[in-house]
Order: sequence, then structure tokens, then C-alpha cells
Amino acid sequence: MNFLAVIGRVVISFFRAAGRIGLFATNAITHMLTPPYYPRELLRQMMNIGYYSLPVVGLTTLFTGAALAVNIYEGSSRFNAESTLPTIVVIGMVRELGPTLCGLIVAGRVSASMAAELGTMRVTEQIDALHTLSTDPFKYLIAPRILATVIMMPLMLVVVADTIGVMGGYLLATTKLGFNSGNYMKSTIDFLEAIDVMASLTKATVFGFFISLMGCYHGFNTRGGAQGVGISTTNAVVSACIMILVSNYVVTEMFF
Amino acid sequence: MIMNSQTPKIELKGLRKTFGDKVVLDGVDLTVMPGESMVIIGGSGSGKSVTLKCILGLLHPDGGSIKIDGKEMTDATTRERQDVLNKFGMLFQGGALFDSLPVWENVAFGLLAQRLCDRKEAKEIAIEKLRRVGLSPDVGSLSPAELSGGMQKRVGLARAIAANPEIIFFDEPTTGLDPIMSDVINELIVECVKDVGATAVTITHDMSSVRKIADNVAMIYHGNIIWTGPKDKIDQSGSDYIDQFINGKAEGPIKMEILKG
Repeated sequence: MNFLAVIGRVVISFFRAAGRIGLFATNAITHMLTPPYYPRELLRQMMNIGYYSLPVVGLTTLFTGAALAVNIYEGSSRFNAESTLPTIVVIGMVRELGPTLCGLIVAGRVSASMAAELGTMRVTEQIDALHTLSTDPFKYLIAPRILATVIMMPLMLVVVADTIGVMGGYLLATTKLGFNSGNYMKSTIDFLEAIDVMASLTKATVFGFFISLMGCYHGFNTRGGAQGVGISTTNAVVSACIMILVSNYVVTEMFF
Repeated sequence: MIMNSQTPKIELKGLRKTFGDKVVLDGVDLTVMPGESMVIIGGSGSGKSVTLKCILGLLHPDGGSIKIDGKEMTDATTRERQDVLNKFGMLFQGGALFDSLPVWENVAFGLLAQRLCDRKEAKEIAIEKLRRVGLSPDVGSLSPAELSGGMQKRVGLARAIAANPEIIFFDEPTTGLDPIMSDVINELIVECVKDVGATAVTITHDMSSVRKIADNVAMIYHGNIIWTGPKDKIDQSGSDYIDQFINGKAEGPIKMEILKG
């Protein structure tokens, strides 16, 4: 009987949390669409989220692209299909590894930073202070962060991740595996289809939404002091990563 | 300073608030007249901050009535609440300054949010308000993290009075300050409230603040207002609770909840 009660409690608390996040997301989207807007805050967030994430995203995908090329070369050489390397690298990077890796890295960097910043603002009464200064915290804090992440993920970060990842494979293939530079690029361009890019950008947009939503939700609802901020930060990163991996599968199924 | 003939600026009746099983406010009744400086005293956890947060709409009460200028706020729409919030200024216990903004933008935040002026004019007003609380104009370009505790309180005070509010709340204005700085802040509060002609509500457990700032004093204990009266009557209140509190005695009717393990 107790065991059933425990299961019941877990299920209820799961749906309660899902409901709260759903309401929070609806509230955030409503505030994004209605004035007043804070363009200065939006630009600041776009800079923080997009520009400052570029080095870590670029480095990660460069080495992943190179490692992918080594693995594919080694695997495909078992049945003399080395020539498929450029195609597999570009499809693998654009459809899957570029957006997913970029999403996970940005989740670690941005979701954590949003949760920590908003959590600290909550426990130091800065969010209450916004209320008393005639400013809706959803419009000033939440809407610009979500909008900035949803814009910067597809338009800057994933485009860069995909490109640098493919270039990582290209550099390794042409310098160590004996591929001809022109042929490699031709294969890459010939076999890359519009739907691959569409899928990549759609994933980036969805991931951007979940990364910022989880960071903002957990930060905004922080309770307690420093420990509460720590818990919110951890929850934000973990839940953002889970949402990225689940939605990655859903979007992939939708496209292919 | 006290005007008696008008509608109360703030009127609380039977205000109740619970968190789970814990009853924090258990029928608070309080009236603050226009221009009055009301100080609410009480021990930690007695419901002082929750009372302020209910008035500001940061917490929704479970029952009772909150009237601002005679208008009921418990069932107010978002727009009505926003209009009322424009009348408020607040000095938070820890300052609650925005780390991401320089000091002058912190002070001018409410002016810019309400679009009362452009950025240039807002900066001029912010510098003037900083000067009013004894800070030089160059402080305006600093980050809040570069300021001492006393300076942060002054900036918080400048922010609270920047839009010339009708009602100002002070949440533990002298907590964490040395006695001299506490007195400076108390003086500034009295002067600034007079300058803008505001109604003030202060919550504190610092008796020197009470004697400096208050016109009237209300004592809250276990979620109830157990005594209200003019500041100069506090020493002859006839209440054992008040006597114990203002004299800071461990023995008396007020029992602190101390967990012994």
C-alpha cells in the first residue's frame, strides 16, 4: 500500500511540475508578444548567449568533427567504402551532432548562468524590487532571455557548430587520411540536402527554447539562500539536457 | 505631519496569510493615515515582512482586506495593481540593487520603467537624488558591488524616493549597519520622507530607528497587531509584550522559538 502511495506521489508531483513549467512557458510567450519591450536587455542577452558561447561551441565541434572522420574512416575501410566519409561526416554533423552538441554545451553554459543569476536575484529580493519599480519581471528578465536564446541558437551557434564540425572532418581527412580537398568539398556539398539544414535549424530553435525555459524557470522559482541557488542551477542544467535529448528524437522523427 | 481627516492611505482589516500549516498573519488590522510615519515592530518571524509583501501584492493574502486610498486591492486587476504600485517606493533590507546596472541606473530604474522621462533627464534626477542622500555624483557610475553596506542603503533610499512616491516602505533599514551609520540612515529617512511628503511604513526591531522615524508604532506578535499608539506613549503602553520588546529582555510573555538539540 505504501509502495503504491509513493508511486502516486511521484506521478502527481511529476504532472504538477509539468503543469507549472507549461504555465511558466505560456506566461513567458505571452509577455514576449506584448509590450513594453526591452530591446537593450534583449541585445545584452543575445551578446551573452550567442557571441560569448562561440569559442566553446567552435572548439568542441571542431574536435568532434575530426574524431567523427577518424571513426568513419576506420569503420568504412572494413568494407572499402572510405569514399562515403565526407557524406557521413556532413550528414552526421548537420543533422545530429552539430545541434545536439551545441545544445548540450549551451545548456551547461547558458542554462546554468540564467538559473544562477535569476536565483540570486530572487534570494536577494531583486525580483521583488522590480515589482515595486513598476516592472514586470517576466517582461524584463524572462522574455529577453528566452527570445535571445531562440534567436541565437539557430542563427549563430548551430550554423557555426555545423560548419566548424564539417571543417574539422575536412581538415583531418585532407591532412591525415589522404583525401583530395576538392573532391571532399564536392561530396560534402552534393550530398547535403536542404532538409538536413532545416532539421538542424529546427532542432536549434527547439533546444534554445528548452535551454532558456529551464534556466529561467528554475532560477525564477529559487527558494532559500546559496544552497537554493545551487539546487536550481543543477536542476536547470539536468532538465535542459534531458529536454534536449528527448526533443532531439521527436524532431528527428518528424523530419525523417 | 499627521493628517486625520482623510481616507486612510493604507487600511488592513482581518488580513490572514498562511504557509502550509503555519499561520503567519492571523487577522491583522492596521490603519495608516496620509503623511503618517508608521513603524511596525516585532520579533523575527512575527509577520512584519509578510504584511508588507501582502500590501505590495508580492504575496496574495488568504483572507481579509487591503485598501490603498480607499480602493480594495485583494481583488484588483493587474492594471489597477500596476497603477497603485506606481505610488510606492521601497527600501529593501539588503538594498536589492541590480548588480548588472550602474548605480545611477538603479536609482533611475523606476523613472525609466514608468517612462516618466528620457535617459538623460533620468540620469540628472538620479544624480540629484544621490546627492540628496549624501553621495557624490561619481558614485553614479560605480557598480553596486563596489559600494559599502551603508552606501548601498543610501542608494536604495535614493531609488525609493526617485519617483517622488506617495507611500514609502522601509524594510529593516538599519539592519547590518554600525550605530553611527544607522543614525545617518534614520536621519535621511526622516528628511527624505518629509521632502517628498510621503506616507511611510517602516518595519524594524531597532528601537533607535523607532524613536527617530515613527509618528505611530504598531507591535505585531504571532500574526496579530497587539498594540498601536503614538511613539511617545510606547514607554507607558501598559503592555508586558511591548515592555519586554523595547527593553530587550529574555524574560517575559514573548517566548522565542529556540530549538534545543
